[in-house]
Amino acid sequence: MGERTLRDRAAIVGVGATQYYRRGESEPQLKLELVTTALTAALEDAGLTLDDVDGFASYAGGADTGLLAQWLGIPEVRFTANLTGGGGGAAGSLGLAAAAVATGMADCVVSFTAIQQGVSRFGAAFAKGGGAGTYSAPPMNEFDFTQLSGLMAPGQMFAVLTQRHMHLYGTTRDHFAEVAITQRANAVPRETAIMRTPLTRDDYFSARMITDPLCLYDFCLECDGSVAFITVSPDRAKDLRQPPVYVMASANGGAGRWGQAITWLGMPDEYFASTGHRPVAQRAYEMAGIGPADVDVALFYDHFSPLVLMQLEDYGFCGIGESGGFVADGNIRWPNGSIPVNTHGGNLSEAYILGMTHVREAVEQLRGTAVNQVDGAEIALVTGGPASLPVSNLILHR
Amino acid sequence: METVPKGVLPESLVWMTPDRYAVAFWEAAAEHRLVVPRCTQCGRYRMPPSPYCWGCRSRDYELVDHDGGATLYSFTVIRHGVIPDIRDVLPIIAGVADLDGTNVDGTGAARLVASVADAEPENVHIGQRLRIDWYDVRDGVAIPILRIAE
Repeated sequence: MGERTLRDRAAIVGVGATQYYRRGESEPQLKLELVTTALTAALEDAGLTLDDVDGFASYAGGADTGLLAQWLGIPEVRFTANLTGGGGGAAGSLGLAAAAVATGMADCVVSFTAIQQGVSRFGAAFAKGGGAGTYSAPPMNEFDFTQLSGLMAPGQMFAVLTQRHMHLYGTTRDHFAEVAITQRANAVPRETAIMRTPLTRDDYFSARMITDPLCLYDFCLECDGSVAFITVSPDRAKDLRQPPVYVMASANGGAGRWGQAITWLGMPDEYFASTGHRPVAQRAYEMAGIGPADVDVALFYDHFSPLVLMQLEDYGFCGIGESGGFVADGNIRWPNGSIPVNTHGGNLSEAYILGMTHVREAVEQLRGTAVNQVDGAEIALVTGGPASLPVSNLILHR
Repeated sequence: METVPKGVLPESLVWMTPDRYAVAFWEAAAEHRLVVPRCTQCGRYRMPPSPYCWGCRSRDYELVDHDGGATLYSFTVIRHGVIPDIRDVLPIIAGVADLDGTNVDGTGAARLVASVADAEPENVHIGQRLRIDWYDVRDGVAIPILRIAE
């Protein structure tokens, strides 16, 4: 038996996406049509066809593999998996695909997500009886112990973690503003981005507060769309259309007592004001055989700007509690910061497709085709959302 | 019914779906008693009620009456209503409270998450003392609220 690792045993060879829509604007297309559009584009990018596909590794798209395969006449499905969780799995779905390819369970695996928020609005994910256009959470015993406080949206819950971080470490809204403004600057030149007007400090501080300490610009966008990827073995990748991007590592999971996290709020003091990513960060770095200093570009899932700060800590780019000063020094800016972050504009300013746009940006950076290209980028880190367990990540190299 | 406290969920949004471990918590709440599960093997507390002690995995526990003393661990001031039903009662201050005496092994307290009622946002800060009070929602249903202690 060989070394038990995913490292260099799978490669991403195709990327495809729908256009990114504002919430509701992808209708009347069906959600599964968004998937097929992205999937077809990814296969075209790779130089493969639907007859080559034999695996599906999705994330929270709610897409039924059976229906997708039935629609498309996939010759034989040999692997299908969906990463569980409540926001943390985008990057990890590529890990599932790599695991399937590395173990020979399948040869050509599609990873994808799709989202249509006109139908189901994540901004009210835990609201009861919200009516049309919102997501009414299924009744659940555990939610009674948080929801009755008034908490019914992810942003409100992450605001609680953020407030604690500010209390412990002196983090300020200026630090959140640096994240929002930097990412907006990255989105401005991009045709794919929804928000293309520069954001000023005045804009940020005059925006309405949504849930203290978060204001409007600390929140991600609400979008529709789909992004898909094709993963094959390194041998197969050699003959395809694009330069392969290799999977160095992927991890999903987290500490057991991170658990339901934001819908629980009982996490231990040690990591309450964190992203829940410390265990998976450690595991991914070990698998990849690298540390944070080796990463050229970081694509951090940014549903809320303070969570970018906390990921900088949890992934070791600065010490725990030191992210505020770290970003204030310009470290996350493209192109001159020590670690350019969310060069595509992220969920805050490009589009919110459940974090799959971050994987797309990582692949483009490593192919050397990114709009905001990091010179000589060789290694990219991608994370799934800080959320309930599992959280996930992906490290890629060219 | 007494006066509704300021900054709490409207009555229409208060209903519970307790599993068999949580029923006793809500029954005690209806009587304005806070009960917290404590492991009878190792003494750790846990919230919400659940079948296992996360520390020693024992299933043996007792429901301990708690005096309602607590410290504010964190909070947010909800100013935007994500559903129409709550817009009239905003802002809501959602608080996370460490229950006194429940941090047995030093990793963290058992926590109660509830609205900080009848409070102005500028007067709320982490570390302040709280006491648990009760909001009588309807006959037989009360939910905990947090009040800033004098």
